[in-house]
Amino acid sequence: MLGFLARRVGQTVPTLLFVSVLIFGLQQLMPGDPALILAGEERGDPTVLAQIRAELNLDKPLPVQYGLWLWGVLNGDLGFSWRIREPIAAVIAQKLPVTLQLGLMAFVIAVAIGIPLGILSAVRKDTPLDWGANAVGLAGLSLPNFWLGIMMILFFSVQLGWLPPSGYVPLTEDWRRSLATTIMPAFVLGSGIAAVFMRHMRSAMLQAMAQDYVRTARAKGLAEKVVVLKHALRNALVPVVTLGALELGTLLSGAVLTEQVFTIPGFGKLIVDAVFNRDYPVVQGVVLVTATLYVLLNLIADVLYVLINPRLRHA
Amino acid sequence: MPDGGLVTAAAPAPPRGESPSRRALRRLVRHRAAMFGLAVVLLFIAIAVLAPLVAPYDPTRTNWTAIRRPPSELFWFGTDENGRDILSRIIWGARASLLAGVISVGIALAAGVPIGLAAGFLGGWVDVLISRFTDAMLACPFLILAIALAAFLGPSLENAMIAIGVSATPIFVRLARGATMAAKVEDYVEAARGLGNPRWRIALRHILPNIVPPLLVQATLAIASAIIAEASLSFLGLGQQPPAPSWGSMLNTAQRFIEQAPWMAVFPGLSIFVVVLAFNLVGDGLRDALDPRQR
Repeated sequence: MLGFLARRVGQTVPTLLFVSVLIFGLQQLMPGDPALILAGEERGDPTVLAQIRAELNLDKPLPVQYGLWLWGVLNGDLGFSWRIREPIAAVIAQKLPVTLQLGLMAFVIAVAIGIPLGILSAVRKDTPLDWGANAVGLAGLSLPNFWLGIMMILFFSVQLGWLPPSGYVPLTEDWRRSLATTIMPAFVLGSGIAAVFMRHMRSAMLQAMAQDYVRTARAKGLAEKVVVLKHALRNALVPVVTLGALELGTLLSGAVLTEQVFTIPGFGKLIVDAVFNRDYPVVQGVVLVTATLYVLLNLIADVLYVLINPRLRHA
Repeated sequence: MPDGGLVTAAAPAPPRGESPSRRALRRLVRHRAAMFGLAVVLLFIAIAVLAPLVAPYDPTRTNWTAIRRPPSELFWFGTDENGRDILSRIIWGARASLLAGVISVGIALAAGVPIGLAAGFLGGWVDVLISRFTDAMLACPFLILAIALAAFLGPSLENAMIAIGVSATPIFVRLARGATMAAKVEDYVEAARGLGNPRWRIALRHILPNIVPPLLVQATLAIASAIIAEASLSFLGLGQQPPAPSWGSMLNTAQRFIEQAPWMAVFPGLSIFVVVLAFNLVGDGLRDALDPRQR
């Protein structure tokens, strides 16, 4: 187990190093000279341009620029926002809790819908319930979540007037209003992941139900409910639990559009606003933090997979 | 069915001596959901190709006397904030969406398959290097990477296609690598090696044709994701630029008029949903048809 952990952590380090190269490389795609963008009206002044280039290390060779940038990142310095002139790490730290709240709610909704639907679909295979669940799953995968968000605003906010169409209230300020402002975006965000969970849960349950131990449990005369929930489900859940951690990417991608539709000042809206303000270091910072979170969650998912699977644990 | 397709007809015993591709085609034709999806995809392709003939109005022509008109006999899907016919814009927008879907997946295939083939076939440090870089790209969520790339490249439909294509590449690298590693230990590859074929010939003539089925399934499903990604980028203002019609940018504008003109949001979104669903149905059907466990 310890050997596996060491090997897995050992693989993560070069991956993160490659992530850093990739994200640093993004900067090189930027059209024009960053110093010209930052100088604004003083772009004609060579002294100002030289000063900015020196401050941003743009006057140094590319490998040196990368080394200095990486050193900063390792010390928690992601640079500063060109627009609001604040450290990017602080800006991200301010926005991340909003998206985490939304993501957590979305995850709960996805699990609550996707897992039972997947189990039911597998247990009632080739019945109208199975076909219906499959159709819902496929529709969930095919729905653009920003459109679903707009349709929900149209129905629940404009037509029925039940929920606010946009805005965000922090949990600490007023939990009722906070839930009212986040329930629709959380559902929008969770619906796509629910569809993924449903399809994987169904597939894993069908595989588990065909195993010898399930046949043995049935032969022992156990009730079907016990066979399904105690024997098949416990084994089928193993791959689905780890899949849950990997859905973080979908969650963060979805948050970009969902936060835009519902005007929620989170991590996703931060990257969109940064794109439109040509605040490239913030774009870079958001991608770096997202990718690092994803790699670390991937690591946790792999360790979790080994921990909850006794056959792998003792291998 | 390994995972979630819709209704599949029970397959009769295959005729003897039938080739794998013919068998897959026979199974695909019997897959009702996939055939329905294919019909919808073909319908959208026909609409996109014949846009100048089938669109009732010029999609960019403004009409100040018909601003935000609800659906009627004259304007089936209503009009937008500039009096433009929404049906005509959806018909022309199909071009942007389908083109973005196909071209970006084409880019991902063209880049991903040779790289994955090389990694899987050559192994060693080439494989380690490519795999670590692929892992790094896969660590960046697909849409976030596409947004970042589109932002750095500049907003346009062409750049959105490049951004989506590059972001989708690592999936094909990983898939091609895995399939190549499985294929290279097969007897027919050993036989080709024994006959003295050069390595490039073994990779291109013997391995590549045998890794096509999983790539084909992934490409079909990737087109669906790419269409959503293009709509997302256009929704954010990073794809097709106005006044050229695109389903995503139409939804962006529609959001501002959701109370006064809900039809502006309903039809473009429905079009994205239907075409993406159709590609997903075809992808699911192809996967079932090409699954060797179902022989």
